[in-house]
Amino acid sequence: MAGSNNSGKKKSRWAAGITPYAEMGYYEADYEPKATDILCAFRLVPQAGVDPIEAAAAVAGESSTATWTVVWTDRLTPYEHYQAKCYRVDPVPGTDQYIAYIAYDIDLFEEGSIANLTSSIIGNVFGFKALKSLRLEDMRIPPHYAKTFQGPAHGIVMEREYLNKFGRPLLGATVKPKLGLSARNYGRVVYEALRGGLDFTKDDENINSQPFMRWRDRFLFCMEAVNHATASTGEIKGHYLNVTAGTMEEMYERADFAKDLGTVIVMIDLTIGYTAIQSMAKWARRNGVILHLHRAGHGTYTRQKTHGVNFRVIAKWMRLAGVDHIHAGTVVGKLEGDPNAIRGYYSTLRSNKIDADLSQGLYFEQDWASLPAVMPVASGGIHAGQMHQLLHLLGEDVVLQFGGGTIGHPDGIAQGATANRVATEVMIQARNEGRDFLNEGPEILNKAARWSPELRKALDIWKDVTYDFESTDVPDAVGTVTVA
Amino acid sequence: MRITQGTFSYLPDFTEEQIKAQVRYCFDNGWAFSIEHTDDPHPRNSYWEMWGLPMFDLQDLHQAMERLEECRKAFPQHYIKLNGYDRTKGRQTTMLSFIVQRPEDEPGFILDRTEAQDRRIQYTIRSRSRSAN
Repeated sequence: MAGSNNSGKKKSRWAAGITPYAEMGYYEADYEPKATDILCAFRLVPQAGVDPIEAAAAVAGESSTATWTVVWTDRLTPYEHYQAKCYRVDPVPGTDQYIAYIAYDIDLFEEGSIANLTSSIIGNVFGFKALKSLRLEDMRIPPHYAKTFQGPAHGIVMEREYLNKFGRPLLGATVKPKLGLSARNYGRVVYEALRGGLDFTKDDENINSQPFMRWRDRFLFCMEAVNHATASTGEIKGHYLNVTAGTMEEMYERADFAKDLGTVIVMIDLTIGYTAIQSMAKWARRNGVILHLHRAGHGTYTRQKTHGVNFRVIAKWMRLAGVDHIHAGTVVGKLEGDPNAIRGYYSTLRSNKIDADLSQGLYFEQDWASLPAVMPVASGGIHAGQMHQLLHLLGEDVVLQFGGGTIGHPDGIAQGATANRVATEVMIQARNEGRDFLNEGPEILNKAARWSPELRKALDIWKDVTYDFESTDVPDAVGTVTVA
Repeated sequence: MRITQGTFSYLPDFTEEQIKAQVRYCFDNGWAFSIEHTDDPHPRNSYWEMWGLPMFDLQDLHQAMERLEECRKAFPQHYIKLNGYDRTKGRQTTMLSFIVQRPEDEPGFILDRTEAQDRRIQYTIRSRSRSAN
């Protein structure tokens, strides 16, 4: 690789020129990570002929203090402290991949800044020529660092207490068609879905302020719909008003307007960037408005097994950054999602302390030190007939979003919403009664459909819809061997 | 109108056996059981009247149903809900909350719209119930 030095003789650490990263201290096989260290697991594929340990040391070097050549100015610093240390490299059996474990001292990072954390850890290394590919699989964020972040503006418990909704998944729908509706027609969909039984409706990620519907008009009509539905059901309802815009100033303007109208929730897209997300999380806590995040764009770097950043890492960053909701997969819907990997994402978002579990792709334990939990959102191609599977796979602290599965109901949007709500409640009832609801699910739903014509129609129309494709991103088989 | 707060409002009203099954679920999870009632089920009314304190030590289904019956007798035209509360760390909140009695006629709510400037509307939801007005 760039730093290969085949003279056979080990030169001095400080000789000018090029020295292998591993020899510069970026690889330390007997390093014991400190409780305060930030730990990373990278999946890397070295270029042909490159020693995996040297490749891993290069990742540690390039994501901390190193540059391509020896610099004497390192000697002005306690460089041993600031150098990231690769302490373990495991081959992934049956592949050309390796998992490299790297420890970073907490002093390398600015407190409370996802931008700084990511500029260090994924800033430069992904373009490194000596690597064929690189992926950040997982991170251990120590409580010492986690506590420098605000964390979720409200969290699951506060959200439920605020909305007065307990003991069941929350239900939502994204307004469809996602583009082209006028503000007044759009509000109609919101009203029908909410009065029919959903808790939330949602702007789609690309609904911002286009020529066919400007944001202010949408906000006014949606809040009419929300308040009307609240009054006609006696239940608190919300619509995720997407405040994503081109500048922070415009986002604040839209969010302030939404707050003044009395919305319980606003929404942002992942595409606005980490710093903007942190700013909006502070805004959300300051103003008592729940913050929903759509993970728009994440598939470009989370989906392929040997490239990018695993979604579980994005989930951790977003919990730190402070969102209350994040889309995290459905398993059974139309979008990518291996069941074990998704279990790992969900526990990362919802639990306070998580054990390492390679079968779920969790490389490290994670202690959130009472940072509030993030409500995962399951969205994309799900319907009432899957309720038993959804409850089994995702549990009850989740927002189930049935967009097509509400609006596509043959009898109307409100009827679609009612079908979903009935299916949810009847499945929770069965679970609480101790029934084997996963196996008896279809029977439980069919029985309820005898008195609920809305559910009957939903079950009939979507009974054969499944998305049975192989996942591109599944955790490795358990039990990797230590090479180092 | 039928108000739809609570975990099971979209299902037909529960039978005594179905109520018991949910109370048993609370007991099995170690959740404290409590009864609350009101004639003002405004969506923002967080504090319905407590029918006694939460029953932290109660494990007896029969007694739980007796307490519910007492509340029903005292307030036959009120809403009554049963709650399961989990005190464990990180949770410390209600885990289940469902309505087990409603007045014969549910009066519902009035939505007041006050027009403000720039097409803005201030919304106020008012209960039609007697005590709230």
